[in-house]
Amino acid sequence: MIVAERKPLSEIKQYVEKYKKILIAGCGTCTTVCLAGGEKEVGVVAAALRIAFLKEDREVEIIEDCITRQCEPEFVEPIAEKVRDGGIEAVLSLGCGVGVNFLSERLDSVLVFPGVNTKFFGAAVEPGVWVEMCAGCGNCILDVTGGICPIARCSKSILNGPCGGSQDGKCEISPDVDCGWHLIVSRMQKMGTLERLSEFVPPRDWSTSRAGGPRRVIHEGMRSQNEGSEEVT
Amino acid sequence: MKSGSKLEQLIAAGHFVLTSELGPPMDCNGEVVLEKARLLKGCADAFNITDNQTGVVRLSSIAAAELIMREGLEPVMQMTCRDRNRLAIQSDLLGAAALGIKNCLCIAGDHQSFGAVGRLKGHPGAKNVYDVDSIQLVAILKGLRDDGVQQGGDPLEKRPALYIGAAWTPLGDPVEFRPFRLKKKVDAGADFIQTQGVYDVELFRQQMKIAVDMGLHERTAILAGIIVPKNLGMLKYMNSSVAGVSVPETLMKRMEQARLAAGDDKKQASKNQAEEGIRITVELIQKVQEIPGVRGVHIQAIEWEHKVPEIVKRAGLYPRPIITEKGENNASESENSCG
Repeated sequence: MIVAERKPLSEIKQYVEKYKKILIAGCGTCTTVCLAGGEKEVGVVAAALRIAFLKEDREVEIIEDCITRQCEPEFVEPIAEKVRDGGIEAVLSLGCGVGVNFLSERLDSVLVFPGVNTKFFGAAVEPGVWVEMCAGCGNCILDVTGGICPIARCSKSILNGPCGGSQDGKCEISPDVDCGWHLIVSRMQKMGTLERLSEFVPPRDWSTSRAGGPRRVIHEGMRSQNEGSEEVT
Repeated sequence: MKSGSKLEQLIAAGHFVLTSELGPPMDCNGEVVLEKARLLKGCADAFNITDNQTGVVRLSSIAAAELIMREGLEPVMQMTCRDRNRLAIQSDLLGAAALGIKNCLCIAGDHQSFGAVGRLKGHPGAKNVYDVDSIQLVAILKGLRDDGVQQGGDPLEKRPALYIGAAWTPLGDPVEFRPFRLKKKVDAGADFIQTQGVYDVELFRQQMKIAVDMGLHERTAILAGIIVPKNLGMLKYMNSSVAGVSVPETLMKRMEQARLAAGDDKKQASKNQAEEGIRITVELIQKVQEIPGVRGVHIQAIEWEHKVPEIVKRAGLYPRPIITEKGENNASESENSCG
């Protein structure tokens, strides 16, 4: 999932303090699971802002809402309507950066502020700890590296690792960071496929990654089905 | 000859070669580079010019390499993957070859977070590149030189004659994979290898045996890296914090004794340790020289270049052989000043 971390309240307050009526919009999917921007966090941020504004003797109306996903029109449209019709001056989205973008595109004259810092695609390795595991590079090579991603998990995204900076299974940048290539080598050893790592991996075509510009995915089946149904109606 | 560099010629002639290192300054003072060059001339066969070493901005390796050639030294230009994508890398390789540079060491480069250490701020917020890794860089350079083709597939008319070097951390973690990674570098086209600093000669000997059993020593020239220790603190730091460097307890004890022998005299303590450091270095050079498959040494005296002449002489590696126009080579002191 997409892992995010809530921004400090002081930063959030600075965004919204000049408005009289704001909406805090949570997201029921990724940011809920990583405890950054679900229904509960919407409540926490709203309460904190209310107290802060009260202390300053300012009247700000704060509306709370949390939708299933901020990245799909069927969920976003109703909340966009609510903003437009309800005289809301600013939105604080606790969805990931996708949610902020998607809401912004639907709200011509209303500012949407990010309430979280979107971090990475990762997994919960222990309660309260998430680790990056995929870089979304657009052309998966996990078959070569025993299912562990060198692009996301090596600090240098090296494809023919490990570099000389691996020590006691940790990366040269920090003793808190596992060496991705150490994980790969250990796993390949266990599986008896270490010799596969002796094969040279040539320079990658990064055009499938962000280097190729903003990307899109088209599912032809769904697209044609949708077009068909539109024709019928 | 692939490059016709002096380093290549000496290796081909079977000499035990010697490379050393010259770190460019953090400003544009080329005179500093020239001064170091004059000091080191004749002390080694070729001199590595580091490329923004430890993620610190320094006068470029390509420019410093050109500068030392003016003083008659042969450079080994270092090229990291951290700061350049494949366009910049190939462009710089072609530029280096056009300037007459004949050796290039292909390395990944320390992570940019290394630049913020001690009093230095570095650029830990920089975006790194790592478009290609060090082994891919070796392959790219080999493609330019031997196949006359850029990585993207476009042909080149004049090919860069560069002798291709790569680094090896024989005692890096996971240690059992290191010989295989060395093989990958050799397969990709590494003509010579400079290793990470060796202190634990026995462990290095074991890794070398594996490399020799794989026949790698015949396909590439392995130069053992020797980092000159200045004092006990440096040995301790390298043992605990530098990946792939393990310092035996006996060496630390020797350094500690050298320090203690000076009592409270701090100046004398540092002098004693410096002398012990050089003694250790000379011994290491002599020991690795006897290891089968080792074809030379790479001496790194980090910000301590002025000690290199003494080390080289005490290790019995002076004078260095000279290549004449006829291709003959013999040792001559007249042209080799060395300190």
